[in-house]
Amino acid sequence: MVSLPLNHLDLPGPETRPPAIDVHGLTKSYGDLVAVNGVDFSVGQGEIFAFLGPNGAGKSTTIKMLCTLASPTSGHATVAGFDVATRAKSVRRHIGLVFQEQTLDDQLTAEENLRFHAVLYGVPHAEVEARISRVLELVALSDRRKDLVSTYSGGMARRLEIARGMLHTPKVLFLDEPTVGLDPQTRALIWEDIQRLREEEGVTIFLTTHYMDEAEYAERIAIIDHGAIIALDNPDVLKAQVGTDTVAIETADDEAALASLKRAGYKVERTEGGLTAFVVDEEAAVGPIVAAAGVPVRTVRAHRPTLDDVFLHFTGREIREQHGEAVPMMARARGARRS
Amino acid sequence: MTTLSTAGSTVPAPASPAAAPTPTPDTIISDEIRVVGMVWERELIRYVRTRTRIVSGLIQPVLFLFVLGYGMSGLVGTTGGFNFRQFVYPGVVAMSVVMTAMFSALSIVWDREFGFLREMLVAPVSRVSLVLGKTAGGATVAAAQGTIMLVLAPLVGIHLTPLLVVQMIALELLMAVAMTTFGVFVASRIQKMESFQVVMQMLLMPMLFLSGALFPLNGLPGWLTVITRLNPLTYAVAPFRQVVFAAQNMSPAARARFPTNVTLFGHTLSIAVELAIVVVFALVFFVLAFRGLSRTE
Repeated sequence: MVSLPLNHLDLPGPETRPPAIDVHGLTKSYGDLVAVNGVDFSVGQGEIFAFLGPNGAGKSTTIKMLCTLASPTSGHATVAGFDVATRAKSVRRHIGLVFQEQTLDDQLTAEENLRFHAVLYGVPHAEVEARISRVLELVALSDRRKDLVSTYSGGMARRLEIARGMLHTPKVLFLDEPTVGLDPQTRALIWEDIQRLREEEGVTIFLTTHYMDEAEYAERIAIIDHGAIIALDNPDVLKAQVGTDTVAIETADDEAALASLKRAGYKVERTEGGLTAFVVDEEAAVGPIVAAAGVPVRTVRAHRPTLDDVFLHFTGREIREQHGEAVPMMARARGARRS
Repeated sequence: MTTLSTAGSTVPAPASPAAAPTPTPDTIISDEIRVVGMVWERELIRYVRTRTRIVSGLIQPVLFLFVLGYGMSGLVGTTGGFNFRQFVYPGVVAMSVVMTAMFSALSIVWDREFGFLREMLVAPVSRVSLVLGKTAGGATVAAAQGTIMLVLAPLVGIHLTPLLVVQMIALELLMAVAMTTFGVFVASRIQKMESFQVVMQMLLMPMLFLSGALFPLNGLPGWLTVITRLNPLTYAVAPFRQVVFAAQNMSPAARARFPTNVTLFGHTLSIAVELAIVVVFALVFFVLAFRGLSRTE
């Protein structure tokens, strides 16, 4: 069962709320290539859940199956309570989709794009106006309502797409690489939008990303590689599994420092060019360690495990942000490209 | 369904639990009709918003009507007060309808390129509604474009009556429906934008030339006759010219000089048969267009 994060005390407990997404043994093969290989997970209602992995790892294929855009080779999945294989239309009615590629009509205004979407998704006529105002407000685009989308920046267009995905009050909002190709400021804005949506509309958010820093916003992360989930938990728990915080120092006399730090009760090791202390909280430990060293300290480097370390730990590789592809996987990534 | 949380509220929407999916039918007819209307409306908005398209859609037919019209009139001469410009006028109007309808349908290629097609295809609606809306929209703008051409009628000596105007608009609509469904079918098979121009040049122009829009289809060599009879446009252009000519005060000599009838296996087709053929083509193209779009995504 899914453990809901603590800041969801205002929602009923998980035992009374069925998962928003429930996946068992989901598999997708294209010929010989197994893009997704028997994944299991479930996402609680109101949760922000991130799928993390390099391109070609199976993220997009999984999202496509959950959105009923691809049919599973085997396995079983329900989204918003509907089986993706047998109730595709009901699933689509209850999910919002934001693709990697832009899917707006830039010859229409923001409002016209939203109205079009409202009709496609059967939003009752009487509610359309209020709902359009509401979602534009959620992404702070109310003042650009009557403007042609062709006048929008890339970030604004993406935010309009997020608003559009929320228009028909979906149970689950799927975001496939929502911030890819955007500048850091816009990415931060989009994350504010996403968190506001969750807080104010109670929507479950399922997203994929290969930006490690963004995955931190999620309550739970599934790391997917070669079509399989290799780790799934809260970001802090995952980081704790990889290792502890460290403080590395270089001193005038490493021998003396090592001895006095050990006397002070620190777990310290000699490393290349200095000493490394293993601590609970690197930030808080820097001052005491410098004081306890007993000799002049030349340099200090404090380090807390990041999701990069987590990814490296579980896959043996680093995600390369520039290309979105992990280093030794070029051939496989090409094979798994979306058709 | 889900209650809307009011603006400014920070309380999560009391979403009805996902486990209680209301057993609504997957397809609701009134919703599908709204979708047809919305897709139609979008075509109109885009048409009205791109004035260059309206103007450029006029230039080519005007060129054919006046430049080719005057040029050929010298060669063909006047029979019983009737000349080539009057003969070619219905064909040129048809040409403008056909080109606008094709262009509208082929905008699906743009929609694919710019992603909007995906927004439509992943929606929980029937593809029949999407093709119907697209067809209705394309037909409306094409008929509008053809109707704008009516203002040129007096300039070439074509006499318009209220009945004729109604007949022409009705036939324009039918022709446009057939051509839009044909265009949607073609567009569903085009994956790349670059192919668009090729299709317009290699498909549309030959279809127009071989439809009888610009010259009578009688007395052509056998191979050319066969091709013209296989062309769906032939059966749309002929009735169009027939109703226009029926409203003109033409001498028997002029009728003989500028024939309008289409023969098939030695039989002269009536307007009703010609229209029935167009309807059959439209239905076939509609099914192909639907299937073409269903293959996508």
